Amino acid sequence: MKKVYLDHAATTPLNPKILETMLPFYKDLFGNPSSVHSFGREVKKHVDKARNQVAEAINADYDEEVIFTSGGTEADNLAILGVAAALKDKGKHIITSSVEHHATLDTCDALAKEGYKVTRLSVDEYGVIDLDELKSAISEDTILITIMHANNEVGTIQPIKEVVDIAKKHNVYVHTDAVQSFGQIPVDVNQLGVDLLTISAHKIYGPKGIGALYVRKGTKLKNTAHGGGQESKIRPGTENVAGIVGLGEAARLASTSLDEIKDMERKRDRLIEGLLKMEDVKLNGHPSKRLPSNVNVSIEFIEGEALILSLDMEGIAASSGSACTSGSLDPSHVLMHMGLSHQTAHGSLRLTLGKGNTDEDIDYVLDRVPKIVERLRSMSPLYGNQIKRGSECPCTQKK
Amino acid sequence: MYTEKVMDHFQNPRNVGEIKDADGVGEVGNVKCGDIMRIYLKVTDNVIKDVKFRTFGCGAAIATSSVITEMAVGKTIEEALELTNKQVADELGGLPPVKMHCSNLAADALKTAIEDYKENNK
Repeated sequence: MKKVYLDHAATTPLNPKILETMLPFYKDLFGNPSSVHSFGREVKKHVDKARNQVAEAINADYDEEVIFTSGGTEADNLAILGVAAALKDKGKHIITSSVEHHATLDTCDALAKEGYKVTRLSVDEYGVIDLDELKSAISEDTILITIMHANNEVGTIQPIKEVVDIAKKHNVYVHTDAVQSFGQIPVDVNQLGVDLLTISAHKIYGPKGIGALYVRKGTKLKNTAHGGGQESKIRPGTENVAGIVGLGEAARLASTSLDEIKDMERKRDRLIEGLLKMEDVKLNGHPSKRLPSNVNVSIEFIEGEALILSLDMEGIAASSGSACTSGSLDPSHVLMHMGLSHQTAHGSLRLTLGKGNTDEDIDYVLDRVPKIVERLRSMSPLYGNQIKRGSECPCTQKK
Repeated sequence: MYTEKVMDHFQNPRNVGEIKDADGVGEVGNVKCGDIMRIYLKVTDNVIKDVKFRTFGCGAAIATSSVITEMAVGKTIEEALELTNKQVADELGGLPPVKMHCSNLAADALKTAIEDYKENNK
């Protein structure tokens, strides 16, 4: 059976060249980079090189502005909790958006339980925040604005530069989660003007379990873990050296291969165009301000998990914002905040392309999806004349 | 996550469709997760002779709908009323915990269809 992987927003395959750079650190180069002897010093050189690679990839001014973490979630946590702890005497108000990754939303919720005020900005039908709402939300108590660079579900790119312009007038820090955008669109910390920025290796063909937080020099940030002097005492603990080396190489390759993205964008548009040919299908997310990899559609009258399982049987890996794939009973908070009905949000399909996807992959998906949709719709009591198209199902109306 | 039997019923659902001149029709839905099941019954001499279903929902919802149709055929009305959602899940070799209350509505749908049959035959 043909295998097509279209879930790159969840994780990308590890580039074999990146793996090669990592392997020596699982074998001969085992020293602890904090050790003063030659074993440690040799390894430390590679950690420093990786830090430089990441700094260059995001155009940071200083290598030391890169703090290695265990991944994007930890980096988001460190940014938000670290700024909150460092600036608690200045203010206790944080602004975020309603469509953030849970690494941000849940961290903000944790702070809210400790007495911080959290404002979640709404988004429009395309998932874009309202800058006027942001302006109104800022107060003297505001210490941090944390808005993702691009959304992980619908691929919408947020106006981060404009957010920074607003924030600077009020002397407020800006953090952006660039986990999804890095490697797909230019991520330049100086062009964006952000104070803190999160990246993760496994979204750019690097290893899992390693990420980084960019912290602009002079930004006040308190460590949230204790026990060592590593990573400028901001993130203590013996370094994941192989992971760090892998992240460094992945960051270097990501920042130097943005031209490959043009072709991915063309395939994305083919996919979108093909899927929209089906009846009662709508594109989720912004039509143009979206990641080159992201396709997210809602397919009426079917449920997302059933679609994902059916696609899997055809060898196609995809994902959905359906509640039934998430372990919770609620559909995607992102789609719901964009104004989709409960019913429509349940029928979402996310296909995220990677560098390895071919036009044959797109042809295969466009051949299989309509057949699966037809089969599932034939089983659905919502399809046909029973329920008017676009209306809610009877059980949801009882809410 | 799903047993082989769940996947089999999901992939090859039994008795999908409608019965045009059904003796009873029942529809239930889970308000929270949005699954909907509609079951059609044909009853002769107090025995369920045919069951068909239409379901909007996840893999578990489709599989439970499918398996209840197999479990109900040949049973008397009284026997069918005794079927529980747990028995349906057991018949499939179990369901993930989160699916027990969100997708396993099959016995409820069957009961609703039987109530409709009884109402029609008062």
